[in-house]
Amino acid sequence: MAAPATALVVLCLVLPVSATIAVTFYAGAGPFDFYAAFLASGFRRTVLWRTLEISLITTALSLVIGFFTAYTISRTPPRWRWILIILAVFPLLTGVVIRSFAWLIILGSNGILNDFLVWIGIEGAPFTMVFTKGSVIVAMVYLFVPLMILTIVGVLENIPDDVIEAAQSLGATPAQTFLQVIFPLAVPGLIVGAVLVFTGSFNSYATPQLLGGDQQMMMGTFLYQRAMVAFDWDGATTVSAIMVAVTLAVVIGMTRIAKRLNPLAT
Amino acid sequence: MTRRLHPTLIAFTVLVYFFLMWPLVIVIGAALSNTGYLTFPPQGLTLHWFERIFEMSAFRRTMVTSFQVAAISTTCALMIGIPAAYALNRYRVQLPGWLSTLFVLPVLIPEIVLGFSLLRSIQVGAGLPVVSTLIIGHTLLVLPYAVRVISASLASFDFSIEEAAVSLGSPPVKTFFTIVLPNVKAGVIAAIFLALITSINDVSVSLFLTGPGISTLPIQILAHVEQFFDPVIASVSVLLMVLTVVVMAVVERTLGLTFLTK
Repeated sequence: MAAPATALVVLCLVLPVSATIAVTFYAGAGPFDFYAAFLASGFRRTVLWRTLEISLITTALSLVIGFFTAYTISRTPPRWRWILIILAVFPLLTGVVIRSFAWLIILGSNGILNDFLVWIGIEGAPFTMVFTKGSVIVAMVYLFVPLMILTIVGVLENIPDDVIEAAQSLGATPAQTFLQVIFPLAVPGLIVGAVLVFTGSFNSYATPQLLGGDQQMMMGTFLYQRAMVAFDWDGATTVSAIMVAVTLAVVIGMTRIAKRLNPLAT
Repeated sequence: MTRRLHPTLIAFTVLVYFFLMWPLVIVIGAALSNTGYLTFPPQGLTLHWFERIFEMSAFRRTMVTSFQVAAISTTCALMIGIPAAYALNRYRVQLPGWLSTLFVLPVLIPEIVLGFSLLRSIQVGAGLPVVSTLIIGHTLLVLPYAVRVISASLASFDFSIEEAAVSLGSPPVKTFFTIVLPNVKAGVIAAIFLALITSINDVSVSLFLTGPGISTLPIQILAHVEQFFDPVIASVSVLLMVLTVVVMAVVERTLGLTFLTK
Protein backbone atom coordinates (compact mmCIF):
# COMPACT_ATOMS: atom_id res chain seq x y z
CA MET A 1 0.00 0.00 0.00
CA ALA A 2 2.94 2.25 0.54
CA ALA A 3 4.19 1.24 -2.90
CA PRO A 4 2.84 4.17 -5.01
CA ALA A 5 4.20 6.78 -2.60
CA THR A 6 7.51 4.92 -2.36
CA ALA A 7 7.73 4.72 -6.14
CA LEU A 8 7.07 8.44 -6.55
CA VAL A 9 9.70 9.43 -3.98
CA VAL A 10 12.30 7.03 -5.40
CA LEU A 11 11.67 7.82 -9.07
CA CYS A 12 11.07 11.55 -8.86
CA LEU A 13 13.20 12.55 -5.91
CA VAL A 14 15.90 10.04 -4.98
CA LEU A 15 16.95 9.25 -8.56
CA PRO A 16 16.91 12.80 -10.01
CA VAL A 17 18.72 14.28 -7.00
CA SER A 18 21.24 11.41 -7.00
CA ALA A 19 21.77 11.98 -10.71
CA THR A 20 22.43 15.67 -10.11
CA ILE A 21 25.02 14.79 -7.46
CA ALA A 22 26.54 11.89 -9.44
CA VAL A 23 27.13 14.02 -12.52
CA THR A 24 29.49 16.28 -10.56
CA PHE A 25 31.86 13.34 -10.09
CA TYR A 26 31.99 11.89 -13.59
CA ALA A 27 31.30 14.80 -15.96
CA GLY A 28 34.67 16.44 -15.30
CA ALA A 29 38.12 15.13 -16.26
CA GLY A 30 38.77 13.94 -12.71
CA PRO A 31 36.18 13.05 -10.06
CA PHE A 32 36.73 16.18 -7.96
CA ASP A 33 37.39 18.66 -10.78
CA PHE A 34 34.09 20.49 -10.31
CA TYR A 35 34.73 20.96 -6.61
CA ALA A 36 38.30 22.11 -7.23
CA ALA A 37 36.93 24.63 -9.73
CA PHE A 38 34.32 25.77 -7.23
CA LEU A 39 36.87 26.30 -4.48
CA ALA A 40 39.37 27.92 -6.86
CA SER A 41 36.95 30.74 -7.59
CA GLY A 42 37.12 33.52 -5.01
CA PHE A 43 33.59 34.62 -5.85
CA ARG A 44 32.15 31.14 -5.27
CA ARG A 45 34.04 30.73 -2.00
CA THR A 46 32.57 34.08 -0.94
CA VAL A 47 29.04 32.90 -1.79
CA LEU A 48 29.48 29.69 0.21
CA TRP A 49 31.06 31.52 3.13
CA ARG A 50 28.38 34.26 3.11
CA THR A 51 25.63 31.62 3.06
CA LEU A 52 27.16 29.85 6.06
CA GLU A 53 27.65 33.13 7.89
CA ILE A 54 24.11 34.43 7.28
CA SER A 55 22.62 31.03 8.21
CA LEU A 56 24.62 30.81 11.44
CA ILE A 57 23.76 34.36 12.53
CA THR A 58 20.08 33.78 11.66
CA THR A 59 20.09 30.51 13.65
CA ALA A 60 21.73 32.11 16.68
CA LEU A 61 19.36 35.10 16.75
CA SER A 62 16.30 32.89 16.17
CA LEU A 63 17.41 30.58 19.00
CA VAL A 64 17.69 33.42 21.51
CA ILE A 65 14.48 35.17 20.45
CA GLY A 66 12.59 31.88 20.03
CA PHE A 67 13.67 30.38 23.33
CA PHE A 68 12.73 33.31 25.57
CA THR A 69 9.46 33.86 23.73
CA ALA A 70 8.56 30.17 23.87
CA TYR A 71 9.47 30.07 27.57
CA THR A 72 7.12 32.99 28.21
CA ILE A 73 4.35 31.39 26.12
CA SER A 74 4.63 28.09 27.99
CA ARG A 75 4.06 29.98 31.24
CA THR A 76 1.14 32.17 30.25
CA PRO A 77 -2.45 31.21 31.14
CA PRO A 78 -4.02 28.84 28.55
CA ARG A 79 -6.27 31.43 26.92
CA TRP A 80 -3.38 33.82 26.26
CA ARG A 81 -1.14 30.96 25.26
CA TRP A 82 -3.64 29.99 22.56
CA ILE A 83 -3.67 33.52 21.15
CA LEU A 84 0.12 33.74 21.18
CA ILE A 85 0.42 30.41 19.37
CA ILE A 86 -2.11 31.49 16.74
CA LEU A 87 -0.20 34.72 16.18
CA ALA A 88 2.97 32.69 15.62
CA VAL A 89 1.27 30.23 13.26
CA PHE A 90 -0.14 32.98 11.07
CA PRO A 91 3.21 34.28 9.75
CA LEU A 92 4.43 30.69 9.44
CA LEU A 93 1.60 29.82 7.05
CA THR A 94 1.96 33.09 5.15
CA GLY A 95 4.18 32.70 2.11
CA VAL A 96 7.91 33.41 2.10
CA VAL A 97 7.50 35.88 -0.77
CA ILE A 98 4.96 37.97 1.15
CA ARG A 99 7.04 38.03 4.31
CA SER A 100 10.18 39.01 2.42
CA PHE A 101 8.27 41.62 0.41
CA ALA A 102 7.10 43.19 3.67
CA TRP A 103 10.73 43.90 4.57
CA LEU A 104 11.31 45.39 1.16
CA ILE A 105 8.56 47.93 1.91
CA ILE A 106 10.15 48.67 5.28
CA LEU A 107 13.84 48.76 4.35
CA GLY A 108 13.67 50.07 0.77
CA SER A 109 15.39 53.34 -0.13
CA ASN A 110 11.95 54.98 -0.30
CA GLY A 111 10.80 52.63 2.40
CA ILE A 112 8.95 53.34 5.59
CA LEU A 113 11.98 53.23 7.84
CA ASN A 114 13.89 55.68 5.66
CA ASP A 115 10.84 57.97 5.42
CA PHE A 116 10.73 57.95 9.20
CA LEU A 117 14.46 58.58 9.61
CA VAL A 118 14.31 61.51 7.18
CA TRP A 119 11.24 62.86 8.97
CA ILE A 120 12.91 62.86 12.39
CA GLY A 121 15.96 64.42 10.74
CA ILE A 122 18.63 61.76 11.13
CA GLU A 123 21.94 62.87 9.63
CA GLY A 124 22.70 61.07 6.34
CA ALA A 125 19.22 59.52 5.85
CA PRO A 126 17.96 57.90 3.65
CA PHE A 127 20.36 54.98 4.11
CA THR A 128 20.91 52.07 1.75
CA MET A 129 19.46 49.18 3.71
CA VAL A 130 18.32 46.69 1.08
CA PHE A 131 20.88 44.53 -0.71
CA THR A 132 23.01 44.43 2.43
CA LYS A 133 23.85 41.43 4.56
CA GLY A 134 21.96 43.01 7.45
CA SER A 135 18.70 43.27 5.53
CA VAL A 136 18.91 39.60 4.50
CA ILE A 137 19.55 38.58 8.11
CA VAL A 138 16.68 40.67 9.49
CA ALA A 139 14.23 39.20 6.97
CA MET A 140 15.54 35.66 7.61
CA VAL A 141 15.20 36.00 11.38
CA TYR A 142 11.68 37.31 10.77
CA LEU A 143 11.03 34.29 8.59
CA PHE A 144 12.24 31.69 11.06
CA VAL A 145 11.36 33.01 14.53
CA PRO A 146 7.78 31.62 14.37
CA LEU A 147 9.11 28.16 13.46
CA MET A 148 11.59 28.32 16.35
CA ILE A 149 8.90 29.51 18.80
CA LEU A 150 6.51 26.69 17.88
CA THR A 151 9.22 24.02 17.98
CA ILE A 152 10.45 25.09 21.43
CA VAL A 153 6.94 25.63 22.88
CA GLY A 154 6.21 21.99 21.97
CA VAL A 155 9.30 20.82 23.84
CA LEU A 156 8.77 23.05 26.88
CA GLU A 157 5.18 21.89 27.23
CA ASN A 158 6.36 18.31 27.27
CA ILE A 159 8.52 18.88 30.34
CA PRO A 160 6.58 17.16 33.13
CA ASP A 161 5.44 19.54 35.87
CA ASP A 162 6.56 16.92 38.40
CA VAL A 163 10.19 17.43 37.42
CA ILE A 164 10.00 21.17 38.04
CA GLU A 165 8.05 20.73 41.27
CA ALA A 166 10.59 18.17 42.43
CA ALA A 167 13.41 20.62 41.82
CA GLN A 168 11.60 23.33 43.76
CA SER A 169 10.64 21.11 46.66
CA LEU A 170 14.29 20.11 46.91
CA GLY A 171 15.12 23.76 47.46
CA ALA A 172 16.17 24.97 44.01
CA THR A 173 15.77 28.69 43.44
CA PRO A 174 13.84 29.74 40.30
CA ALA A 175 17.15 30.59 38.62
CA GLN A 176 18.57 27.16 39.51
CA THR A 177 15.42 25.41 38.32
CA PHE A 178 15.68 27.27 35.04
CA LEU A 179 19.38 26.71 34.47
CA GLN A 180 19.73 23.18 35.82
CA VAL A 181 16.36 21.62 34.98
CA ILE A 182 14.31 23.45 32.36
CA PHE A 183 17.14 24.55 30.07
CA PRO A 184 18.90 21.15 29.85
CA LEU A 185 15.55 19.49 29.13
CA ALA A 186 14.89 22.02 26.37
CA VAL A 187 18.27 21.50 24.67
CA PRO A 188 17.13 18.70 22.33
CA GLY A 189 14.27 20.97 21.18
CA LEU A 190 16.67 23.85 20.69
CA ILE A 191 18.82 21.60 18.52
CA VAL A 192 15.83 20.53 16.41
CA GLY A 193 14.84 24.18 15.99
CA ALA A 194 18.41 25.17 15.14
CA VAL A 195 18.64 22.45 12.48
CA LEU A 196 15.36 23.55 10.89
CA VAL A 197 16.38 27.21 10.85
CA PHE A 198 19.95 26.61 9.70
CA THR A 199 18.99 24.34 6.80
CA GLY A 200 16.04 26.61 5.95
CA SER A 201 18.33 29.65 5.76
CA PHE A 202 21.11 27.80 3.97
CA ASN A 203 18.73 26.64 1.23
CA SER A 204 16.56 29.76 0.97
CA TYR A 205 15.90 31.51 -2.30
CA ALA A 206 13.14 34.15 -2.14
CA THR A 207 14.54 36.17 0.78
CA PRO A 208 18.14 36.50 -0.50
CA GLN A 209 16.73 37.21 -3.97
CA LEU A 210 14.47 40.05 -2.83
CA LEU A 211 16.60 41.56 -0.07
CA GLY A 212 20.11 40.56 -1.12
CA GLY A 213 19.96 40.71 -4.89
CA ASP A 214 23.15 40.13 -6.81
CA GLN A 215 25.23 41.90 -4.17
CA GLN A 216 24.45 39.36 -1.45
CA MET A 217 24.22 36.19 -3.49
CA MET A 218 23.67 33.05 -1.42
CA MET A 219 23.83 29.38 -2.48
CA GLY A 220 20.14 29.29 -3.50
CA THR A 221 20.24 32.43 -5.61
CA PHE A 222 23.63 31.41 -7.02
CA LEU A 223 22.22 28.01 -8.05
CA TYR A 224 19.43 29.76 -9.94
CA GLN A 225 21.84 32.24 -11.53
CA ARG A 226 24.18 29.44 -12.69
CA ALA A 227 21.39 27.25 -14.09
CA MET A 228 18.98 29.76 -15.63
CA VAL A 229 20.98 32.91 -16.32
CA ALA A 230 24.48 31.64 -17.12
CA PHE A 231 23.31 28.21 -18.37
CA ASP A 232 26.31 26.73 -16.58
CA TRP A 233 24.79 23.40 -15.55
CA ASP A 234 28.13 22.01 -14.39
CA GLY A 235 28.35 24.88 -11.93
CA ALA A 236 24.70 24.45 -10.94
CA THR A 237 25.05 20.73 -10.20
CA THR A 238 28.13 21.43 -8.07
CA VAL A 239 26.23 24.05 -6.05
CA SER A 240 23.33 21.56 -5.68
CA ALA A 241 25.62 18.79 -4.43
CA ILE A 242 27.22 21.10 -1.88
CA MET A 243 23.77 22.20 -0.64
CA VAL A 244 22.61 18.59 -0.23
CA ALA A 245 25.86 17.60 1.50
CA VAL A 246 25.76 20.49 3.99
CA THR A 247 22.05 19.92 4.72
CA LEU A 248 22.38 16.17 5.30
CA ALA A 249 25.56 16.58 7.36
CA VAL A 250 23.88 19.14 9.63
CA VAL A 251 20.66 17.15 10.00
CA ILE A 252 22.35 13.80 10.68
CA GLY A 253 25.11 15.21 12.87
CA MET A 254 22.87 17.35 15.02
CA THR A 255 20.22 14.62 15.41
CA ARG A 256 22.95 12.35 16.80
CA ILE A 257 24.05 15.04 19.24
CA ALA A 258 20.45 15.78 20.27
CA LYS A 259 19.89 12.11 21.09
CA ARG A 260 23.02 11.97 23.21
CA LEU A 261 22.14 15.17 25.08
CA ASN A 262 18.57 14.22 25.98
CA PRO A 263 18.71 13.82 29.77
CA LEU A 264 15.38 11.97 29.88
CA ALA A 265 16.46 9.35 27.35
CA THR A 266 17.61 6.10 28.82
CA MET B 1 2.27 25.45 34.22
CA THR B 2 1.51 29.06 35.02
CA ARG B 3 3.98 30.70 37.32
CA ARG B 4 4.95 34.31 37.70
CA LEU B 5 6.96 35.63 34.80
CA HIS B 6 9.67 38.20 35.08
CA PRO B 7 8.47 41.57 33.66
CA THR B 8 11.54 41.64 31.38
CA LEU B 9 10.39 38.41 29.75
CA ILE B 10 6.89 39.79 29.21
CA ALA B 11 8.27 43.00 27.71
CA PHE B 12 10.61 40.96 25.50
CA THR B 13 7.73 38.79 24.25
CA VAL B 14 5.59 41.85 23.51
CA LEU B 15 8.48 43.24 21.44
CA VAL B 16 8.93 39.95 19.58
CA TYR B 17 5.24 39.86 18.72
CA PHE B 18 5.39 43.46 17.58
CA PHE B 19 8.29 42.42 15.33
CA LEU B 20 6.22 39.49 13.99
CA MET B 21 3.01 41.41 13.32
CA TRP B 22 4.14 44.87 12.28
CA PRO B 23 5.47 43.97 8.79
CA LEU B 24 2.21 42.18 7.94
CA VAL B 25 0.17 45.16 9.14
CA ILE B 26 2.31 47.35 6.88
CA VAL B 27 1.55 45.12 3.89
CA ILE B 28 -2.18 45.43 4.61
CA GLY B 29 -1.82 49.21 4.94
CA ALA B 30 0.09 49.43 1.67
CA ALA B 31 -2.60 47.40 -0.10
CA LEU B 32 -5.25 49.93 0.90
CA SER B 33 -3.16 52.99 0.07
CA ASN B 34 -4.44 55.31 -2.66
CA THR B 35 -0.94 56.40 -3.70
CA GLY B 36 0.82 54.79 -6.67
CA TYR B 37 3.86 53.91 -4.61
CA LEU B 38 4.23 51.91 -1.44
CA THR B 39 3.83 53.98 1.65
CA PHE B 40 2.74 53.63 5.23
CA PRO B 41 0.62 55.01 6.79
CA PRO B 42 -1.60 55.16 3.71
CA GLN B 43 -2.57 58.68 2.63
CA GLY B 44 -6.13 57.63 1.86
CA LEU B 45 -7.93 54.34 1.54
CA THR B 46 -8.93 52.58 -1.67
CA LEU B 47 -9.72 49.10 -2.91
CA HIS B 48 -8.43 50.07 -6.35
CA TRP B 49 -5.35 47.82 -6.12
CA PHE B 50 -7.49 44.76 -5.56
CA GLU B 51 -9.31 45.51 -8.82
CA ARG B 52 -5.94 46.01 -10.53
CA ILE B 53 -4.92 42.42 -9.67
CA PHE B 54 -7.76 41.03 -11.70
CA GLU B 55 -7.19 43.48 -14.54
CA MET B 56 -3.65 42.19 -14.96
CA SER B 57 -3.78 39.00 -16.99
CA ALA B 58 -0.44 37.76 -15.64
CA PHE B 59 -1.84 37.67 -12.11
CA ARG B 60 -5.16 36.21 -13.19
CA ARG B 61 -3.46 33.46 -15.15
CA THR B 62 -0.86 32.54 -12.53
CA MET B 63 -3.48 32.58 -9.80
CA VAL B 64 -5.55 30.03 -11.74
CA THR B 65 -2.43 27.91 -12.42
CA SER B 66 -1.45 28.02 -8.74
CA PHE B 67 -4.88 26.86 -7.61
CA GLN B 68 -5.03 24.13 -10.24
CA VAL B 69 -1.55 22.84 -9.40
CA ALA B 70 -2.34 22.98 -5.68
CA ALA B 71 -5.62 21.09 -6.13
CA ILE B 72 -4.17 18.40 -8.39
CA SER B 73 -0.98 17.83 -6.41
CA THR B 74 -2.91 17.73 -3.11
CA THR B 75 -5.27 15.14 -4.58
CA CYS B 76 -2.34 13.05 -5.86
CA ALA B 77 -0.50 13.33 -2.55
CA LEU B 78 -3.60 12.19 -0.65
CA MET B 79 -4.27 9.30 -3.00
CA ILE B 80 -0.81 7.88 -2.45
CA GLY B 81 -0.23 9.38 1.01
CA ILE B 82 -3.29 7.96 2.77
CA PRO B 83 -2.47 4.32 1.88
CA ALA B 84 1.15 4.95 2.83
CA ALA B 85 0.18 6.43 6.20
CA TYR B 86 -2.20 3.53 6.75
CA ALA B 87 0.48 0.96 5.94
CA LEU B 88 3.03 2.73 8.16
CA ASN B 89 0.66 2.56 11.13
CA ARG B 90 -1.01 -0.78 10.49
CA TYR B 91 2.05 -2.83 9.55
CA ARG B 92 4.71 -0.90 11.44
CA VAL B 93 6.43 -4.08 12.60
CA GLN B 94 6.62 -5.74 9.19
CA LEU B 95 7.74 -2.69 7.22
CA PRO B 96 11.41 -1.74 6.96
CA GLY B 97 12.46 1.19 9.14
CA TRP B 98 13.79 3.30 6.29
CA LEU B 99 10.32 3.62 4.77
CA SER B 100 9.12 6.34 7.12
CA THR B 101 12.43 8.17 6.55
CA LEU B 102 11.80 7.99 2.81
CA PHE B 103 8.60 10.02 3.17
CA VAL B 104 10.34 12.85 5.01
CA LEU B 105 13.03 13.08 2.30
CA PRO B 106 11.16 15.84 0.42
CA VAL B 107 11.51 17.97 3.56
CA LEU B 108 15.15 17.02 4.03
CA ILE B 109 16.40 17.60 0.49
CA PRO B 110 16.73 21.32 -0.30
CA GLU B 111 13.59 22.27 -2.26
CA ILE B 112 15.54 24.31 -4.76
CA VAL B 113 17.82 21.33 -5.50
CA LEU B 114 14.73 19.15 -5.95
CA GLY B 115 13.33 21.69 -8.42
CA PHE B 116 16.57 21.86 -10.36
CA SER B 117 16.93 18.05 -10.40
CA LEU B 118 13.36 17.63 -11.66
CA LEU B 119 14.13 20.11 -14.43
CA ARG B 120 17.26 18.15 -15.40
CA SER B 121 15.89 14.62 -15.18
CA ILE B 122 12.15 14.79 -15.75
CA GLN B 123 11.57 17.86 -17.87
CA VAL B 124 14.71 17.98 -20.01
CA GLY B 125 15.82 14.35 -19.59
CA ALA B 126 12.50 12.51 -19.91
CA GLY B 127 10.85 15.26 -21.95
CA LEU B 128 7.75 15.63 -19.78
CA PRO B 129 5.71 18.83 -20.28
CA VAL B 130 6.26 21.75 -17.92
CA VAL B 131 2.87 21.36 -16.20
CA SER B 132 3.37 17.66 -15.40
CA THR B 133 6.79 18.30 -13.92
CA LEU B 134 5.36 21.16 -11.86
CA ILE B 135 2.62 18.85 -10.53
CA ILE B 136 5.13 16.09 -9.72
CA GLY B 137 7.28 18.61 -7.85
CA HIS B 138 4.33 19.91 -5.84
CA THR B 139 3.05 16.41 -5.08
CA LEU B 140 6.47 15.58 -3.61
CA LEU B 141 6.43 18.86 -1.72
CA VAL B 142 3.09 18.22 0.01
CA LEU B 143 3.40 14.42 0.40
CA PRO B 144 5.17 14.66 3.79
CA TYR B 145 2.24 16.75 5.12
CA ALA B 146 -0.29 14.19 3.95
CA VAL B 147 1.66 11.25 5.40
CA ARG B 148 2.61 12.97 8.65
CA VAL B 149 -0.73 14.57 9.52
CA ILE B 150 -2.76 11.49 8.61
CA SER B 151 -0.29 9.21 10.43
CA ALA B 152 -0.81 11.32 13.54
CA SER B 153 -4.57 10.75 13.29
CA LEU B 154 -4.13 7.04 12.59
CA ALA B 155 -1.80 6.69 15.58
CA SER B 156 -4.79 7.23 17.87
CA PHE B 157 -7.07 4.97 15.83
CA ASP B 158 -7.87 1.64 17.39
CA PHE B 159 -7.24 -0.92 14.64
CA SER B 160 -9.23 -3.56 16.53
CA ILE B 161 -12.38 -1.74 15.33
CA GLU B 162 -11.29 -2.48 11.78
CA GLU B 163 -10.56 -6.10 12.67
CA ALA B 164 -14.01 -6.38 14.23
CA ALA B 165 -15.66 -5.17 11.01
CA VAL B 166 -13.59 -7.54 8.87
CA SER B 167 -14.28 -10.51 11.12
CA LEU B 168 -18.01 -9.72 10.87
CA GLY B 169 -17.72 -10.15 7.12
CA SER B 170 -17.06 -6.61 5.81
CA PRO B 171 -14.73 -6.64 2.78
CA PRO B 172 -11.33 -4.99 3.54
CA VAL B 173 -11.72 -2.16 0.99
CA LYS B 174 -15.23 -1.32 2.14
CA THR B 175 -14.03 -1.45 5.76
CA PHE B 176 -11.30 1.05 4.95
CA PHE B 177 -13.77 3.54 3.47
CA THR B 178 -16.60 3.07 5.98
CA ILE B 179 -14.65 2.44 9.19
CA VAL B 180 -11.05 3.69 8.99
CA LEU B 181 -11.38 6.80 6.82
CA PRO B 182 -14.32 8.40 8.70
CA ASN B 183 -12.35 8.03 11.92
CA VAL B 184 -9.40 10.02 10.61
CA LYS B 185 -11.54 12.56 8.74
CA ALA B 186 -10.20 15.45 10.85
CA GLY B 187 -6.63 14.56 9.94
CA VAL B 188 -7.46 14.26 6.25
CA ILE B 189 -9.17 17.67 6.15
CA ALA B 190 -6.29 19.32 8.01
CA ALA B 191 -3.81 17.63 5.67
CA ILE B 192 -5.72 18.90 2.61
CA PHE B 193 -5.63 22.52 3.75
CA LEU B 194 -2.01 22.43 4.93
CA ALA B 195 -1.02 20.85 1.63
CA LEU B 196 -2.96 23.45 -0.40
CA ILE B 197 -1.37 26.41 1.36
CA THR B 198 2.11 24.86 1.13
CA SER B 199 1.70 24.34 -2.59
CA ILE B 200 0.26 27.81 -3.21
CA ASN B 201 3.07 29.51 -1.26
CA ASP B 202 5.90 27.51 -2.81
CA VAL B 203 8.74 29.29 -4.54
CA SER B 204 11.79 27.05 -4.46
CA VAL B 205 10.39 23.96 -6.21
CA SER B 206 8.36 25.94 -8.77
CA LEU B 207 11.27 28.23 -9.61
CA PHE B 208 12.81 25.88 -12.15
CA LEU B 209 9.58 24.24 -13.24
CA THR B 210 7.78 27.24 -14.64
CA GLY B 211 8.27 28.01 -18.28
CA PRO B 212 7.06 30.39 -20.93
CA GLY B 213 3.33 30.85 -20.45
CA ILE B 214 3.16 28.72 -17.32
CA SER B 215 3.98 30.31 -14.01
CA THR B 216 2.67 30.20 -10.47
CA LEU B 217 1.52 33.14 -8.39
CA PRO B 218 4.56 33.42 -6.06
CA ILE B 219 6.94 33.27 -9.04
CA GLN B 220 4.88 35.96 -10.78
CA ILE B 221 5.00 38.07 -7.60
CA LEU B 222 8.80 37.73 -7.48
CA ALA B 223 9.12 38.73 -11.12
CA HIS B 224 6.75 41.68 -10.67
CA VAL B 225 8.52 43.00 -7.53
CA GLU B 226 11.84 43.07 -9.34
CA GLN B 227 10.43 45.31 -12.08
CA PHE B 228 7.74 47.41 -10.44
CA PHE B 229 7.30 48.50 -6.89
CA ASP B 230 3.60 49.21 -6.63
CA PRO B 231 0.81 48.32 -4.19
CA VAL B 232 -0.57 45.55 -6.44
CA ILE B 233 1.78 43.07 -4.77
CA ALA B 234 0.60 44.22 -1.37
CA SER B 235 -3.02 43.56 -2.32
CA VAL B 236 -2.15 40.11 -3.75
CA SER B 237 -0.40 39.44 -0.43
CA VAL B 238 -3.53 40.44 1.47
CA LEU B 239 -5.60 38.00 -0.61
CA LEU B 240 -3.12 35.24 0.24
CA MET B 241 -3.29 36.20 3.93
CA VAL B 242 -7.07 35.78 3.83
CA LEU B 243 -6.43 32.29 2.48
CA THR B 244 -4.02 31.67 5.37
CA VAL B 245 -6.74 32.66 7.85
CA VAL B 246 -9.15 30.19 6.21
CA VAL B 247 -6.56 27.41 6.44
CA MET B 248 -5.89 28.23 10.09
CA ALA B 249 -9.60 28.19 10.91
CA VAL B 250 -10.00 24.76 9.30
CA VAL B 251 -6.92 23.31 11.01
CA GLU B 252 -8.06 24.71 14.36
CA ARG B 253 -11.51 23.14 13.90
CA THR B 254 -10.09 19.75 12.94
CA LEU B 255 -6.73 18.96 14.54
CA GLY B 256 -6.30 22.07 16.66
CA LEU B 257 -3.49 24.49 15.87
CA THR B 258 -1.45 23.24 18.81
CA PHE B 259 -0.83 20.22 16.58
CA LEU B 260 1.73 22.39 14.82
CA THR B 261 3.81 22.64 18.00
CA LYS B 262 4.20 18.87 18.12
